[in-house]
Amino acid sequence: MTMIAVEQLAEVFVEIADTLVDDFDVIEFLQLVTSRSASICNASSAGLLLADAHGQLQFMAASQESVKLLELFQLQNAEGPCLDCFHTGTAVVNTDLDDAIERWPVFAPRAVSAGFRSVHAFPLRHRKDVIGALNLFGPETGRLEAHDVRIIQALADVATIGLLQERVIQDQKIVTEQLQGALNSRITIEQAKGALARSHGISVDAAFELMRDYARRNHHHLSDVAQAVVSDPAVHPELLSGRPTPPV
Amino acid sequence: MPSGLCILPAVRSVRSRCIGGDAVGDRRAGGATGRLALLGRLIDDEPAVDGSLGVTAGRLERLCTVLARVLPASGAGVSVFTEGRIEGGTAATWGPDSRAIEELQLSLGEGPCIDAFTSRRPVLEPDLLGRGIQRWPAYGPAAHAYGVGAVFALPLQVGGARLGALGIYRAEPGPLAALTFSQAITFAEIAVGLLIDGQDADGGTVSGVDDLVAYRAEVYQAQGMVMVDLGVTLSEAMARLRGFAYSEGRPLSDVAHDVLAGILELNRDTL
Repeated sequence: MTMIAVEQLAEVFVEIADTLVDDFDVIEFLQLVTSRSASICNASSAGLLLADAHGQLQFMAASQESVKLLELFQLQNAEGPCLDCFHTGTAVVNTDLDDAIERWPVFAPRAVSAGFRSVHAFPLRHRKDVIGALNLFGPETGRLEAHDVRIIQALADVATIGLLQERVIQDQKIVTEQLQGALNSRITIEQAKGALARSHGISVDAAFELMRDYARRNHHHLSDVAQAVVSDPAVHPELLSGRPTPPV
Repeated sequence: MPSGLCILPAVRSVRSRCIGGDAVGDRRAGGATGRLALLGRLIDDEPAVDGSLGVTAGRLERLCTVLARVLPASGAGVSVFTEGRIEGGTAATWGPDSRAIEELQLSLGEGPCIDAFTSRRPVLEPDLLGRGIQRWPAYGPAAHAYGVGAVFALPLQVGGARLGALGIYRAEPGPLAALTFSQAITFAEIAVGLLIDGQDADGGTVSGVDDLVAYRAEVYQAQGMVMVDLGVTLSEAMARLRGFAYSEGRPLSDVAHDVLAGILELNRDTL
């Protein structure tokens, strides 16, 4: 894979660091990390999974949010590079999906039929714990060089720092509190996607884009907008009205 | 079940690498799912203490009793709050003075359960007399006067639907171990199921509660859809969806899939 120039790389890290202000939206932040990770190593798609209190990997954010891609992330509760990476605490890189059918009999064929040829997973590490994984899918088979691996791992580390908020990282209980809050934000987004999809007669993927664009345009946090959609839709009348519902 | 018998969930190995307890691989062999079913059965088997309670309150009280024995804890309580305003009531408790400790928060307007509810995340305070008092200047000393040394509160919620909080009290200060925390989360998930299904709780049992941890994106998306279809709150939409799945004897994920695919639309006639 071809990596980007150093100047661009520096810009990416600055951009990500810049979002880590006091009041940032954790889902938006993780989305930025995934989309920049994907573009840095010319991957088609990237996603990020976090472990819940039961040690189950839950989808948190992706470079693009589609039902097809979500399925590939959700599958990795049972098998796949993220699960392996989560278990071993080390990156799973340079796996050719065509050769991985035996290793991941369900995941690998699905990933291939989704148009991917290579996959990588990087651990989100906090001290000795693994809290999740960053997943990259490529359209072609290809190798990540050692320095590429270091750069992507650095992005995964930045994601961990953002998630846990560096200033309180010393405290294990804060880690637990933060992660649980982040996981619940993701659930709210899924619920809001469903509500908006039904209100507008559109797909859940389109509903997500509608919600994200609205949040960006109006400088709202995505999680706050999602929360309002499911608990107090009157807060955002413009989002809930608008397009007419086509007949079914 | 004899009250002294303490049964721990079937987690064979706790790997220090994973936050929160059992390894993902254990899940298929009964990790989180097995724990949910086991704790559900313990609650079902627990004799009622106060027979005058309603069905849901009675189950929540037994949940608090089993929780206190399994974790262990010196007391536990479930409080239900109203969305938008911090008012509500204590639905069930177990343990000496637990009802008074829970209700302190409502009368003082501060405390771990209120914080867990408003912040939508767990509030873990292993040192009530230390940092806890800085955090809650009124509640801290008042709860400590009842002998509370550590307090842990978990929000009772599924995404955007908030119902209340589960309070867990210990006389001894100190943190919750990772495994204990994931057990506490399981109790909170069971409590959420009981509260959501509250209105028609007569039929089922606690161990019949769905595996909330196995919910996937489609189930949450379907909840949002049913909310719009029926013009009800998100919590009620969840109750309707679960009620429909129970009555049809189908897994919730199947029903959710049909809602998403447009094959099934819940309306007042379907229910």
